[in-house]
Amino acid sequence: MKNIIRVAALSGAVALALAACGSAPEDEATSGATGDAGASDFKACMVSDSGGFNDKSFNESGYNGLKQAESDLGIKTATAESKQESDFAPNIDTMVGQNCNLIITVGFLLATATGDAAQANTDTNFAIVDSTAQDADGNTIELPNVKPLSFNTVEASYLAGYLAAGMSKTGTVATYGGIQIPTVTIFMDGFVDGVAKYNEVHGTSVKTLGWDSKAQNGSFTGDFEDQSKGQQLTNTFIDQGADIILPVAGPVGGGTLAAAHDANTAGKSVAVIWVDSDGVETNPDSSDIILTSVLKEIGTAVNDVVTAASKDEFDNTAYVGTLKNEGVGLAPFHDFDSKVPADLKAEVDKLKQDIIDGTVKVTSPSSPQS
Amino acid sequence: MSDEIVGEKASPTSGMPEPEKTKAPEDRGERALREIVSGDIGVSVLAFVLALLIGGLLIAFTNPDVTAAAHYFFAKPMDTITAAWNAVWDAYAAMFRGAVYNGQADTFQKAIRPLTETMTVATPLIIAALGVAVGFRAGLFNIGAQGQIILGATVGGYIGFTYSLPAGVHLLLALLGGVLGGAIWAGIAGVLKARTGAHEVIVTIMLNYVALYLLAYLLTTDKFTRAGSNQPTSPGVKETAQLPLLLGDWSRLHAGFIVAILASIFVWWLMTRSVLGFRFRAVGSNPHASRTAGIGIPTTIVLVMLVSGALAGLAGGVHILGTEHQLTGGIAGSLGFDAITVALLGRSRPLGIFFAGLLYGGLNVGGRVMEAATGTPIDIVLVIQALVVLFIAAPPLVRAIFRLPTPRTAVAKGAAA
Repeated sequence: MKNIIRVAALSGAVALALAACGSAPEDEATSGATGDAGASDFKACMVSDSGGFNDKSFNESGYNGLKQAESDLGIKTATAESKQESDFAPNIDTMVGQNCNLIITVGFLLATATGDAAQANTDTNFAIVDSTAQDADGNTIELPNVKPLSFNTVEASYLAGYLAAGMSKTGTVATYGGIQIPTVTIFMDGFVDGVAKYNEVHGTSVKTLGWDSKAQNGSFTGDFEDQSKGQQLTNTFIDQGADIILPVAGPVGGGTLAAAHDANTAGKSVAVIWVDSDGVETNPDSSDIILTSVLKEIGTAVNDVVTAASKDEFDNTAYVGTLKNEGVGLAPFHDFDSKVPADLKAEVDKLKQDIIDGTVKVTSPSSPQS
Repeated sequence: MSDEIVGEKASPTSGMPEPEKTKAPEDRGERALREIVSGDIGVSVLAFVLALLIGGLLIAFTNPDVTAAAHYFFAKPMDTITAAWNAVWDAYAAMFRGAVYNGQADTFQKAIRPLTETMTVATPLIIAALGVAVGFRAGLFNIGAQGQIILGATVGGYIGFTYSLPAGVHLLLALLGGVLGGAIWAGIAGVLKARTGAHEVIVTIMLNYVALYLLAYLLTTDKFTRAGSNQPTSPGVKETAQLPLLLGDWSRLHAGFIVAILASIFVWWLMTRSVLGFRFRAVGSNPHASRTAGIGIPTTIVLVMLVSGALAGLAGGVHILGTEHQLTGGIAGSLGFDAITVALLGRSRPLGIFFAGLLYGGLNVGGRVMEAATGTPIDIVLVIQALVVLFIAAPPLVRAIFRLPTPRTAVAKGAAA
């Protein structure tokens, strides 16, 4: 009985305290709030791959692009996160069932599922990130209602390789990947070739650890989750003398930041090149060790395709992000701006222009098939 | 149904403290009712109900409308309660529409498609869980269903996309390949346990990793990738090796579901009607007594693992030949671990597993629609699944919450009546 009184008294006090905090909105206000100006009936939907929408990498970039479009255009959106690969086809199917006008699938693993769904639902438009629609045998199929969004990241990572070779004091740089898939190795190909280009121009012999672009094999941590593996691998590279490292492994790159941080505390001078998004923005604590980032503007591409589709201007022309259309690129140097020699900056800019003009050809076996 | 449960209970079982069965004939309906209310089935159902309730609370707490209304809870408490009720109702209604019957669809086919989808997703789960359960009942914790599924899918898929054979033969061979792949993989753990005493939990877990990386390696070789592509996906399984669709193009339900039913019946027969199954259970409940009785323990262990792995491998084969049709690094998803949960939920009994598999499949399929239609994160489904396991692992807790009598008193009462 005593307890009941206590509880009652306490909740009464809390109620009084809380009643002061918030007052109920007017009824009319609540009903009016939903009808934004310019709201549209267009519905854009997205299906992630098994990495999920909070992977700090390409699923997240795509998701942000979609959310941006949602708030800019006042359209409706829906998302489905795939937990495993067998979720792909049913998730796309669910989205078709939700009457989506445009369905964006993220990742080449969804290529076949997207191809199948697009053929079965010709009234719905599709866009697929990092791939083209494919049939069951993996052959690219061109469909009137599928727009592929690919990125020729090799161009940007080529610049990163050139820059790294120019910045390395030890004459050794390194790269590694999460899983050996084309969208990862394309970064590593460009990096290795960029280093080779620097050696050719300057007559140096900067070594690249972790990837052999001719044999197409190198170091991988085996997943896109375990940061400790990234840290171990990075420590091995640092022990072998590498002072600039490019992790192409999404969140696993956090392990590289930690390893570089430790090494710098111990008196070394190790820098990291981030991938996909601007690393200084996603990891502000590590701005002192992030030299630059190889950008892959998935969010912008997604936003663009949603905007076009919402205005009834959807087309199936393949989008390939390049240096030219700024779909890929190098991020600003931020903290390193004063440390990168002006000559090197000029050389990188020149190289960028040469790649855009086509005087320097940069390709990878993993470049998007057009 | 009641027949089967009661029949099973009467036979010796593993570890679980079982009520002493009265030899005196008793009204069947009464006995079945008691099993359902106070026995294991009842606990499973109540565990599920509790998990749904807690899941509902989570849905309510994370819903933006509820959060908004909660800011002025004490000014207008009904707003919060209404918002919470709506959020939970909408989410679970969407889940039901996605998993069982879609009342909003315009055609009958579309309306029952969710149910067929649930059956499709449940198919490999049921078969793999049967494999896990055979191990459980023989006292062996086969945590390696994941690896065995991967091997089953790899071998079954390889036969499926490499060779060109006549329709029926091709499918049978591919399924058989899956069975063999899984059996051999589990057999390794069985032989190690029988010969050296290496603990099967550790060996099977490690073999999961070996299987995963073996598959990742194979997917970089020419034999397992599509011509002219360096993507780690295999060619599509040829049509002659695909499990035929049961209902036509509008549903993914395939003949694998019949395989799952047959596998359930087989495991029931094996564990309750065959000499081999009797040996399995005997070793599971008391290895020392079994040895004294002349049962060869090492041979039995190897046989249990072979059967267990064969079923998991079959699940892998059915998965790739039924729905996936191509081999990728993540082909097994979390099937092998979900199978352990389903085996637990089904109390390691074939019929229980069959329905637990359907329930699990329904949660997965319904979760997708719930996420797409109401924006409720699909992670809620994972929480519900985890809570179900938690409550099942703690039957006294569930009995305490619902004030059920413990089985022993129930038996005493039953005997008194």
